[in-house]
Amino acid sequence: MRDAGIHPQKSKPAINFPAPGRVLLYACAVFIVAWSVGPFLWQTSTSLQLDRELVSGSPKLVPAPFTFEHFVNIFAGKSFHRYLFNSVIVAFSTTFLCLLFGSVAAYALARLDIRGRFGILGFILAVSMFPQIAIVAPLYVLASGLGWLDTYRVLIVVYLALGLPLVIWVLFGYFRSIPPTIDEAARIDGAKPLRIFFQIILPMSLPAVVTTGLLCFIAAWNEFMFALAFTSDINHQTVPVGIANFTDLHYVPWGDIAAASVVVTLPLILLVLAFERHIISGLTGGAVKE
Amino acid sequence: MAITEVQGRPLLLGTKKARVRTWEPGPLLLLAPALASIGAVSVYPVLLGLWLSLRDTTLASPTDSFIGFGNYRQLLADGQFWNAWTHTIEFTAASTLLETALGLMMALVLSESFRGRGIVRAAMLVPWAIPTVVTSKMFGWLFDGQNGVVNYLLRGMGLIQHNVDWYGSTSSALWTIVVADVWKTTPFMALLLLAGLQTIPHSLTEASIIDGANPWQQFWHVRLPLLAPTLLIAAMFRALDAFRIFDLVYVLTGGGPADSTEVLSTMTYKNLFSALQFGYGSALSTMMFITEAGIAVIFGAILLRKLREVGQ
Repeated sequence: MRDAGIHPQKSKPAINFPAPGRVLLYACAVFIVAWSVGPFLWQTSTSLQLDRELVSGSPKLVPAPFTFEHFVNIFAGKSFHRYLFNSVIVAFSTTFLCLLFGSVAAYALARLDIRGRFGILGFILAVSMFPQIAIVAPLYVLASGLGWLDTYRVLIVVYLALGLPLVIWVLFGYFRSIPPTIDEAARIDGAKPLRIFFQIILPMSLPAVVTTGLLCFIAAWNEFMFALAFTSDINHQTVPVGIANFTDLHYVPWGDIAAASVVVTLPLILLVLAFERHIISGLTGGAVKE
Repeated sequence: MAITEVQGRPLLLGTKKARVRTWEPGPLLLLAPALASIGAVSVYPVLLGLWLSLRDTTLASPTDSFIGFGNYRQLLADGQFWNAWTHTIEFTAASTLLETALGLMMALVLSESFRGRGIVRAAMLVPWAIPTVVTSKMFGWLFDGQNGVVNYLLRGMGLIQHNVDWYGSTSSALWTIVVADVWKTTPFMALLLLAGLQTIPHSLTEASIIDGANPWQQFWHVRLPLLAPTLLIAAMFRALDAFRIFDLVYVLTGGGPADSTEVLSTMTYKNLFSALQFGYGSALSTMMFITEAGIAVIFGAILLRKLREVGQ
């Protein structure tokens, strides 16, 4: 019926589609790209158009005339930099602590003698499945008792705990894959586990650590519910809360919202594209191959 | 497994006795900071939440006493609770089904080799990376009832006569949220399924080609059965996550219009932070827990059955 059936190609195990199938394949690929990128492109274009163009009734993708007024609005009028500053502090602190605590824990679980390690890993996974709304009320009570409401630290501590399961799981897999001969000599010389970790294992695992850190950062940067519940003033509110509150009394400032979306998302997208391969292998346990 | 067992036992090298022992943090001590954080922020609050759900705590007044299962009795008789419960289940079922089906199609496309595949895969990470709040606002603008581009395009194609108020009318609001969720999550689902597809041995797909199977037969009889466990696990995680939906609803519709998109998370949030009913709100979140556990058990049972079938 098809060539592939008669002459199976060793090097190319994928099905060799006949020409129409090939066209369909490319059509699907183009559709996937358009689907994934289209809405954000539209948002970017919106951020560069004048309000009167946005409500003119004939939307267009290419901004003409071109304007930066929405970007000026969000910084000059809505102090967007304040939210950005808060988000940067919270997300970077979370990432640092997550990597510090998580990598040490993953190392202990992966390479040291711990009884019931899989029980502990299972427990960590189960905890990450809890509905987060279930802990927001008790945490609110605790935080207000400690006087931690409207602080950075309450968000950092919560995001740390929410991020740790992913960090531990991904790094656990990575550390297990390092052959034991690597640190054997150091162990025989009597080096302490922590020293072995910081001087041998960690430097070797830098790509995995950076990727996991990126995942942590994105999670902390994007989180909304806890930030909404635990902060109530612009001095500690993060970017998602800021954007959610971007509504004027009489109309929705779509242009300003679009500008804020672009400012918040563009750095993430650039980071993600730069680390694309590592992220995919991190998220899928190394299963997606080239 | 075996590797680490050897690692953990220096006695295999016969040097245990001879080695000078200095104090070093035990393995458990290295685990401690992580486990303490998780315990303090996840485990302890869950227990505290269970305790709160048995009390009539409100932050607005000093009432705070033990009332047993009073909150739960009130909840089961609360029409709003069942309304939100139904919406949450509907949303979970619709988005999980659509995301799994569409994600499978995308994964099948990506499992073929073609030029530019890397670009497609990179593009798929874009929706995943975008903050959900931004996604909400983005779809709010795309589906805007007056100036949204979706209305404009559909009118241009002659599919609708007048602008539709997508998330402002009770009949379509929940579906608009489903569409936004499908957009955001499907690509990630596709990557998980792609990982599963790539673990299917090439010898099997090759054998089916030699036997003259067409691509459709090959998919239906070779790849799909082998992918079933991955598919079920991915769908389960997706369903558990979809069940918790909060950001999209809270930002796009706030649960409205007329409670038509109210889901359990938004209802709980409002009970906690608008009505300040901490006892009642905690009972609500406990009910969410129970439903989630139910979903996990159903998927787990199907998965076990599938695995047994494959095993036989």
